[in-house]
Amino acid sequence: MIQAAYDLLIGPFVEFEFMRRALIGSFALTLGAAPIGVFLLLRRMSLVGDAMAHAILPGAAIGYLVAGLSLGAMTVGGLVAGCLVAVLAGVVTRNTLLREDASLASFYIISLALGVTLVSLKGSNIDLLHVLFGSVLALDDNTLLLLASISTLTLFVVAFIYRPLVLECVDPGFLRSVSGAGAAIHLVFLCLVVINLIGGFHAMGTLLAVGMLMLPAIAARFWCSGVATMIGVSLLIGMASSVIGLVLSYHAGLATGPTIILAAGAIYIVSLLIGPHGGLIRQFAPQRHLEA
Amino acid sequence: MSYALRFRDLTLGYDRHPAIHHLSGEISQGDLLAVCGPNGAGKSTLLKGIVGALKPLSGAIERVNCAPRDIAYLPQAADIDRSFPIRVYDLVSMGLLREVGLFGRIGRDLRVRIEHAIEAVGLAGFEDRPIGTLSGGQMQRMLFARLLLQDASVILLDEPFTAIDDKTTTDLLDLIARWHAEKRTVIAVLHDFDVVRRHFPKTLLLAREKVAWEATAVALNGDNLLRARRMVEAFDTAAHECERAA
Repeated sequence: MIQAAYDLLIGPFVEFEFMRRALIGSFALTLGAAPIGVFLLLRRMSLVGDAMAHAILPGAAIGYLVAGLSLGAMTVGGLVAGCLVAVLAGVVTRNTLLREDASLASFYIISLALGVTLVSLKGSNIDLLHVLFGSVLALDDNTLLLLASISTLTLFVVAFIYRPLVLECVDPGFLRSVSGAGAAIHLVFLCLVVINLIGGFHAMGTLLAVGMLMLPAIAARFWCSGVATMIGVSLLIGMASSVIGLVLSYHAGLATGPTIILAAGAIYIVSLLIGPHGGLIRQFAPQRHLEA
Repeated sequence: MSYALRFRDLTLGYDRHPAIHHLSGEISQGDLLAVCGPNGAGKSTLLKGIVGALKPLSGAIERVNCAPRDIAYLPQAADIDRSFPIRVYDLVSMGLLREVGLFGRIGRDLRVRIEHAIEAVGLAGFEDRPIGTLSGGQMQRMLFARLLLQDASVILLDEPFTAIDDKTTTDLLDLIARWHAEKRTVIAVLHDFDVVRRHFPKTLLLAREKVAWEATAVALNGDNLLRARRMVEAFDTAAHECERAA
């Protein structure tokens, strides 16, 4: 029994280095993604992550055209493209009658079209697969280091801007009336989204990068109220999904990145059903009301 | 007496159409002023102009000894996301933001002040409640607690008692009286003339321009109210440029 559990859960990680690397990589990813995902969710920007993930593509493609499948070039390219879209969208939103969703939608779709055009300029299919689906089972030292740096930076910056960030979510009008920092805070936050997406991009690919950002955070909403606890729960859910996804993909021979996201998806469905804060079962089978 | 705010031939509006036309006058330090007038008279527009959220089309607003950000402002519909998981205590504590800065520490003294503010508006016991669980009146009390902490010398209130019951209105009026006694300048947009007559010494009656600005009893006399009612609310889309002397 114990042996079986060992073989199932621990064995793969003891036996293969690439599994250990994948585990560490996904944990690092989760560590940064948890607070970012929670704030995206609370700011009703759940789909913005998706948009930004597409916006990164042309930068990564230019990096790839210049330097081939190089970690540094693709990272820097993606960073520049993502932040450029974020800044442009922010400028348009604050100076025209367009809301943020519209300005972001227009820039990211331009960016995506540009990216696809660039990738197809020098299209060998294997590389394209890396771009689309990532390579969580082939994380080298540099990529691991990048993922760890991203999560470290994210945690420190979020800790630093936590108060204005919360205020920007709850009562942006009030923040504007007492401080001019709102726009800057928003921009810093979007840049954090971009670097976390780039981390996700290397591990999970552009299509699923946003998965580790949003699914654990959304699932966490059903388990607690309070921003800090949500970040904690979201972190636990992300780590659990990583372990489950890796083990499952190892034993069943499934593509790893998508399996990890599917594991997070499964946890989300369970949370949706039985979560104590607004879960479906609670709503359809209400408990008796209290005395006062 | 020194003034806190002075309007000099102020025109505020949207898309070049004036919502308030050629308003001049002074608000003295320590004034307790009610701003009255029909819907669309430019009352909220005036407050937005005072806090600097709206730039004058012409004329100027002079603020003495205070930047726009030193003015505490309670908008008509605060755009608070009530579904956000934050406690009453934490939201009220945001009133200290000017004082401690975006990153400063909130020490024990300040925590005591936060608790006092919550008690002062009668919300003791609500500290740990998520803001989404508050009723409309409790919400307004909470926002007044935040105003208390802001400790501003000029306080603007835009229809603070709309949809608020008598008891809460009385409590909040007591707070306003306290601010008045502390020589703070309070400007409130109000529709309830009874409340205005009983609690506000001075009234500015607006109807897209100044109808009256004097002691409340005079400002709200029948003549003035009738004139305010005759205000034309719609913009004239074919209006010419205003040539009135600046």
